Amino acid sequence: MRIEKRLHDSQLMVYLSPLLALLLTLISGALLFALLGRPPLGSLYTFFIAPISDLYGLSELAVKVTPLLLCAIGLTLCFKAKIWNIGAEGQFVFGALIGGAVTLQLAESEGFWVLPVIIASGALAGMAWAAIAALLLTRFNANEILTTIMLNYIAVNLLLWAVHGPLKDPDGLNFPESALFASQTLLPVLFEDYRVSIAIFIALFMLVVIWVVLTRTLLGFQLRVMGENHNAARFAGFNSKKLIWLLLCFSGAMAGVAAISETNGPVGQLIPTLSLGYGYAAIIVVFMGRMHPLGILLASCLLGLTYLGGEMAQIDQGLPKSITGLFQGMLLFYLLACDLLISYRVVPNSRSVKPSAITQ
Amino acid sequence: MSEKKAMRLELLSLTKAYPGCIANDAVSLQVAPGEIHALLGENGAGKSTLMKMIYGVVKPDSGQMTWNDREVNITGPAHARQLGMGMVFQHFSLFETLTVTENIALYLTPAEYGTLDLLRARILAVGDEYGLAINPDRLVHSLSVGEQQRVEIIRCLLQDIQLLILDEPTAVLTPPEVAQLIEVLKKLAHKGCSILFISHKLHEVNALCDKATILRGGKVTGTCIPRETSPGEMARLMLGDELELQDTMPAGNAGECLLALDKIEVKPRDAFAIHLQDIELQLHAGEILGLAGVAGNGQDELVDLINGELGSDSGSLIFHGKDIGNTSVQERRNMGLGVVPADRIGRGALGNMSLTENNLLTSYINQTGKFGWLNWPAIKARAAEIISTYKVKATGAEASAKSLSGGNLQKFIIGREILQNPNVLVCFHPTWGVDVGAANLIHQELIKLRDKGAAILVISEDLDELYLLADRLGALCGGRLSPLAPKSAVPLAQLGQWMTGNFGTLSTGISTDTAAAEVAHAH
Repeated sequence: MRIEKRLHDSQLMVYLSPLLALLLTLISGALLFALLGRPPLGSLYTFFIAPISDLYGLSELAVKVTPLLLCAIGLTLCFKAKIWNIGAEGQFVFGALIGGAVTLQLAESEGFWVLPVIIASGALAGMAWAAIAALLLTRFNANEILTTIMLNYIAVNLLLWAVHGPLKDPDGLNFPESALFASQTLLPVLFEDYRVSIAIFIALFMLVVIWVVLTRTLLGFQLRVMGENHNAARFAGFNSKKLIWLLLCFSGAMAGVAAISETNGPVGQLIPTLSLGYGYAAIIVVFMGRMHPLGILLASCLLGLTYLGGEMAQIDQGLPKSITGLFQGMLLFYLLACDLLISYRVVPNSRSVKPSAITQ
Repeated sequence: MSEKKAMRLELLSLTKAYPGCIANDAVSLQVAPGEIHALLGENGAGKSTLMKMIYGVVKPDSGQMTWNDREVNITGPAHARQLGMGMVFQHFSLFETLTVTENIALYLTPAEYGTLDLLRARILAVGDEYGLAINPDRLVHSLSVGEQQRVEIIRCLLQDIQLLILDEPTAVLTPPEVAQLIEVLKKLAHKGCSILFISHKLHEVNALCDKATILRGGKVTGTCIPRETSPGEMARLMLGDELELQDTMPAGNAGECLLALDKIEVKPRDAFAIHLQDIELQLHAGEILGLAGVAGNGQDELVDLINGELGSDSGSLIFHGKDIGNTSVQERRNMGLGVVPADRIGRGALGNMSLTENNLLTSYINQTGKFGWLNWPAIKARAAEIISTYKVKATGAEASAKSLSGGNLQKFIIGREILQNPNVLVCFHPTWGVDVGAANLIHQELIKLRDKGAAILVISEDLDELYLLADRLGALCGGRLSPLAPKSAVPLAQLGQWMTGNFGTLSTGISTDTAAAEVAHAH
């Protein structure tokens, strides 16, 4: 067997690769469960099927999909333009921090304006956090991968400081948590007794927006050109600095809104472990979803399921919760490996070719 | 030269197929000792593949090769070198930050050169012997392209060389450098070294080569003795029968000045950029101004400057009487400036995108609705119009740019710009790497656009093209612009002088002012 470059990239493999990655993840997962002394197929059932086998489970999936999808929407535009924003996590956390602070300030306020103000504060905070990376990139040409990752750590530590300090609930028995948010500051739920909130509509609406932007507007074309080749974009007169600012700020805003969907949704307060790595998981969502709006919707369901499955495996099988991260990691790992097959193919070694003597 | 003598190199029916195309189809050729043999053919005829097979870079699928009458199976470039072959590629493989001696030492084994001092002496000796003067202590980045080529040739000569392969060696040289190279090659051949000379320039082959093998579409279409064959006959072998070559174009009729560069200076932005200084030129409606020059003498900077990607440090850029020095690329395009860049893929077009999308790359100026809304059917229709008007061979508007041959993509890019009706069009290497048929069509379209009143600036290394197209000529060297003069007043020798930076005049006193006046009075 050897690997040979394809004449043309395989369009089939572009779509097949995520499915193949999923299949390999399931096989590896089964093996892993077997090694841990658990029934492999039963455990896979617990992880992937049991969580969504009733209506409540499906609504919980929607709860997980909401922040993932919101983060992934922003990242999709960035990644299309090859701006590698790894900082959705930090933008999420900073959005939660500022949004939470605003929410606590508005605990006594009533009115139709309260929720829009909270959502806007989260979006602006996420935007501001991303803007730091945009400034560093456009002004100093500092690699956005490094700056956004470092900003993630700073944001997380800011949140820790806040919940240990200024935002700590005075009546909270010294737990590092904020006070519970007042009920009028929480996002309305869609159905009573279920946790899924109106934020899922914001996410779906924004998904349609980026779909239209990508396929029907000059902006979408410009960012695709920039992703293909900076020189061509420069030649055509597309302002890449402006695009970088726009895309990073949009992406940050989406992560900020995602944060509000969590803090002012199912969580209802600021806690140290607020983000369950949604900002990182969203990166996997975007690549699994092939940077296509429909694809990222499907992929966010899959990644959302890994959160539910992790919780279920913890309850049902007594496995550690980190199993979620393990499955997410395997998905990304196999996806990257399978993506090799888009440009390359595996051919059987028909004749034995001696290694040629091209020396020096 | 009698046949049936011992042969240095003989190829028998070499075939090499790549997925989708047969690069060489049963190619046979013979090279005698001391013979200068031309391998003639258009771009894509299979010349490079054949060279690579001889030099062991690529393995043939079938066929036989004999070296000094013994069958060989070359396993790689190292083996080829051992046998006594040397090759000078079109793109040099030199380290810019090392000296000439160090570069050559890297190519040899320590056993071959002993010490750097010994090697240095040998470089001087070989340089002396063949008239390849070079200072072995200079850093390669400080050498001109012609001198870098000498380094490549010298390092082939240091071994016991029996066959020297040169891949389009004159493409990067000025006319005096070409003449020098030809002298060197003749001397080498005289000493018994065979030379395989790849080119598509008929007059060079005529001046230099003993025999020529002509390739078309991967097959040998003929062999001839250049001195006894008319260029027309060789061109027919090279290009096929159906082609009519044009050797003159109607002259233009210059009108008002549309674009003027006034004492422009652009300081280099990085270590490899050229410092543009004192650039003064006026481009008039209805004329084609041709700028010659060896690559890397400020052409890139000049094109970027006019396109708006690069700002000037001093001087002014006047378009239609307005100073556009501070305007963006987009604003300039809105005003009617079109630019065809040198890099087709990566700047002029995006390989992975469809022709429809590539049309939008510059036509977004007039094909975008309110709020940047895109009407794809209309954009696609425009792409289809370009394809049919400019005879672009493509499977359709949805074909990706990289699926097109270089010539067809260039026709598409030039068509895209022309269909936008530019007042001023800058064409950088309009026909570089383009087959003669496509080049001919591009030339005619440029003349048509000029006759409609556009001002066209053609920057090219192909002097034949410049003499064919241009109404006025000039040259760039080291970031400075030579005087500009009507084509009839610039003999090739004069242009060659300008290309080397000698801006004095050869015979008659032509200054920029009189040149402009002459153009204005023409017709």
